[in-house]
Amino acid sequence: MTTPDKSAPAPYWSLAGLAQGARLCGAMVPGTVVFAAAYGTLAAQKGLTLGETVLMSMLVFGGASQLVALEVWTNPLTLWTVVSLAAVTAIVNARFLLMGATLRPWFGALPQWQAYAALNATVDATWLIAMRYRAEGGADASVYAGAGLMLWAVWVVSAIPGYLLGAFIADPKRFGFDLMLPIFFAAMFVPLWRGVRRAVGWAVAGVVALVVSFVLPGWWFIVIGALTGSIVGAFIDDQ
Amino acid sequence: MINEPLTHGALIGILAMAGATLMTRVAGYWLMGHIPLTRRVRRCLEILPGAIMAATIVPIVAKVGPVALIAVIVAAGSMMIRRNEFIAVGLAVAAASFARAYGL
Repeated sequence: MTTPDKSAPAPYWSLAGLAQGARLCGAMVPGTVVFAAAYGTLAAQKGLTLGETVLMSMLVFGGASQLVALEVWTNPLTLWTVVSLAAVTAIVNARFLLMGATLRPWFGALPQWQAYAALNATVDATWLIAMRYRAEGGADASVYAGAGLMLWAVWVVSAIPGYLLGAFIADPKRFGFDLMLPIFFAAMFVPLWRGVRRAVGWAVAGVVALVVSFVLPGWWFIVIGALTGSIVGAFIDDQ
Repeated sequence: MINEPLTHGALIGILAMAGATLMTRVAGYWLMGHIPLTRRVRRCLEILPGAIMAATIVPIVAKVGPVALIAVIVAAGSMMIRRNEFIAVGLAVAAASFARAYGL
């Protein structure tokens, strides 16, 4: 049982905090626009309607998980695809579990419904911003909400031009757009690098996923590879 | 039955994804109020983002071949030189289309 952190200032809400949060994630906006446009392009190629594309962004608000889900997507969807979509989404977004856990000392003193509402702002960028803000002594929960609302709006709107572009291009392979997912992940991978020791789990994930991709149909190789890699990595790091 | 097309399948799929994501956003916070995360679980969750990326990239590169390998290397290389997603993605997409134009 973790009780709210008594030494840190108590959480509160303010309009100024909303604006501050929105401002703090300004640097993340260009990257989010590109990412959202890539998602929209891929969604168009997978045969989603514009409405479905936008709805997914509004309700899920998780870039990497949406890109991976599009790879799993079939047209029409079967019950099996729906189960796969939920599983893949949960696995790709499992990092939010840890982020949410780190917010407990801050949001713990808020009324429960407010804390749980604020948690919906959780994405990589808002969490990074919030951790920096909190480390500097900030306690305004509106900063978290403001950053989340800002990125959410950018994420939802920027998918639309991407979608129109994707629907317009007849041969996406010619322009390399079919490779958006590995390209994005390769780019996002670089800032994660913390030395070889940490990378053992990643190497295991890659190898296991490769083997599984030859054995099992569909995109289960991501789930099985990623889980195996992170479990093996966690045990190796313990020694 | 499990492989039959669903009516409103797209909507159901999106709602399933939204529910799964909501669970990941609130469950870690909720859990911290009840039991502390062990160090090992914490390490596991820390490694997971990179593991997801590796588990995605490697099989795709193996399946697609040299063009995907070039694109991935260009994207990562660009990020190492300059942390800018715009440049990295632009260069990687350009590299892939050049490679295809030259018959790879």
